[in-house]
Amino acid sequence: MKILTGNDLRTGAVIWWDGENWSLYVDNATDVGENGEEILAREEALRRVNVPYIIEAEATEDGIRPAHIKDRVRALGPTVRPDLTLQPKNPEALDWII
Amino acid sequence: MYAYDQYDQQMVDARVAEFRDQARRRLEGKLTEDQFKPLRLMNGLYLQLHAYMLRVAIPYGTLNSRQMTALGDIADKYDRGYGHFTTRQNLQYNWIKLEDAADILADLAKVEMHAIQTSGNCIRNISSDHFAGAAKDELIDPRPYAELLRQWSSFHPEFTYLPRKFKIAVIAAEKDRAAMRLHDIGIQIVEKDGEIGARFYVGGGMGRTPMIAPMIRDFVPLDQLITYSEACLRVYNRYGRRDNKYKARIKILVHELGAEEYTRQVEEEFAHMLDQGVEPPREELERIKPFFADPAFEDGPKTLDRTDPDFALWVKHNTHQHKHDSYVSAVISLKPVGGIPGDATGEQIRIMAQLAKQYSVDELRIMHTQNVVLPHVKIADLYAIWTALGAADLGAPNMDSIEDMIACPGLDYCALANARSIPLAQRISERFDASGKTEKLGELKLKISGCINACGHHHAGHIGILGVDRKGVENYQLSLGGSEAEDVSLAKITGPGFTEDGVIEAVEKVTDLYLNRREGEERFLDTYRRIGMTPFKEALYD
Ligand code: HEM
Ligand code: SF4
Repeated sequence: MKILTGNDLRTGAVIWWDGENWSLYVDNATDVGENGEEILAREEALRRVNVPYIIEAEATEDGIRPAHIKDRVRALGPTVRPDLTLQPKNPEALDWII
Repeated sequence: MYAYDQYDQQMVDARVAEFRDQARRRLEGKLTEDQFKPLRLMNGLYLQLHAYMLRVAIPYGTLNSRQMTALGDIADKYDRGYGHFTTRQNLQYNWIKLEDAADILADLAKVEMHAIQTSGNCIRNISSDHFAGAAKDELIDPRPYAELLRQWSSFHPEFTYLPRKFKIAVIAAEKDRAAMRLHDIGIQIVEKDGEIGARFYVGGGMGRTPMIAPMIRDFVPLDQLITYSEACLRVYNRYGRRDNKYKARIKILVHELGAEEYTRQVEEEFAHMLDQGVEPPREELERIKPFFADPAFEDGPKTLDRTDPDFALWVKHNTHQHKHDSYVSAVISLKPVGGIPGDATGEQIRIMAQLAKQYSVDELRIMHTQNVVLPHVKIADLYAIWTALGAADLGAPNMDSIEDMIACPGLDYCALANARSIPLAQRISERFDASGKTEKLGELKLKISGCINACGHHHAGHIGILGVDRKGVENYQLSLGGSEAEDVSLAKITGPGFTEDGVIEAVEKVTDLYLNRREGEERFLDTYRRIGMTPFKEALYD
């Protein structure tokens, strides 16, 4: 699937396009098919996202998994600071990143 | 320490106001990211993997306790409770919000700090010896010259858009503690026939094409220091490869022209410039010098009670000989076993500031090895300092050991990374600490970068590790034999790369080989230089 990501303009936080809005959680990302460029242009103009881009990802039983390691690190947070990731209480969350 | 004059303060305050307006316009949508990016970068604000990143300049790595305290407070108030000290003797915050950035710059300006010239193709923060003004082995304090260069280079219209970034280091000891010859310009203050002057090395650097700077002039009289520097830059500014980012650094120009031809052109430019009044008046240097005058050192005990073995070990590794025999410089390690090299919490930063205030004439230094120095510490106070450091998890006795490795942020934070650096550092320090091998290995400089940009100085490591991307999986290249000290050399790659587990095994193997083959007092680097790469390759790949 193709999903959209970028950083929140105000906070810099990593965000994912859920079809209507931008979410902090990659699992909320939606498949944009061939409409990626169009949505990106519109959302960037609305200043809801900074430097957005389209990536490949896979929908698995456990959740959505970006194809590239860099986007997987972005999806959760620094692997060396589990306390600062989106799932600080779940050490296993790191398992699918690397 | 240098203190701002009215002009410096106005300049910095004006920049904060200007940036506040720029950030506001970006947030209101009056500027696009393409328009805003160069403006934010001029103020040290990058966009990284998880948030904006702010890089704060610490000129020649020197700061006072008030400034250090402010850095700790910013970490708590605007970041997530910590900061990262870098090989550029700077500090980076990893979790900055655009809407807070101007407030942070304003907080910094209150303590005479800023983030200007920490990005972009300008002359960057000038680096120097972290023991400057304290070390027994130095000729004089190099920082007044670094400050003179900083003032000349700040906002210099001719050098705002160089072909590429430009880094200068200034030292004044035979021992090179600032990787001087791996800078675009390395300046060593030297003495010749009773006169003080500057020796110039030009065209060093790391990155994708590492080069050791050749010496182009062995003595420039001090009243021509700026003129000569400017001549070096003018030739670069004229001929540097603006067409190709990867060939744009001065090292490529010096390499392609040849050191001799580059020098000839610099000398020609220099001769032409000598009567143009480029050099700041001598009074400017005389105005700067008192800021770096020695504090009033007091005589006191010169020996220590070393009965506590842990204390003795820390003193052995983490103190450096001071020019006054009742003092030492003490190194605060930011490399606890299993920790993240260079990271310190807001609280730890404030504790270091407090210790500097109480015990080190209010001064601290940031080392390029991502540690902190208390430069002027009375021998009599060492035990109290060590005790306080231990209580704050800042007392690791590991300076210059394998556990004192440099690691760049890598793929955990950096948008340019291929692979993670920090987990390697953590695992290696845990492993070597647990096996007790660290102490046996003695001085061993391990340096890790997460990509070819070489922010972690891997080319200059006795052992270097470079993260590469192998079909989307992290992979690591091992290299051996680098040094950034006075015996400077570039490390050579051992052969095919390794997985994360594999490269840790590989480090184990090459250090075992060293322990088996070393003679006398040889360091790892000395043994490597004597026996060459072949035995190491055999140990790794056969
Ligand atoms: C995380 C954001 C960072 C980015 C985007 C970044 C980017 C870069 C780039 C692009 C280069 C190569 C320049 C060239 O060869 O022309 C470079 C070099 C370098 N950076 Fe970084 N860097 C970052 C963080 C750091 C950190 C944290 C440190 C210190 C630990 C650092 C220290 C250096 C050094 C020492 C060099 C080599 C200087 C040279 O090539 O002569 N950088 N960086
Ligand atoms: S070496 Fe590469 S990965 Fe490491 S900080 Fe520099 S640019 Fe990032």
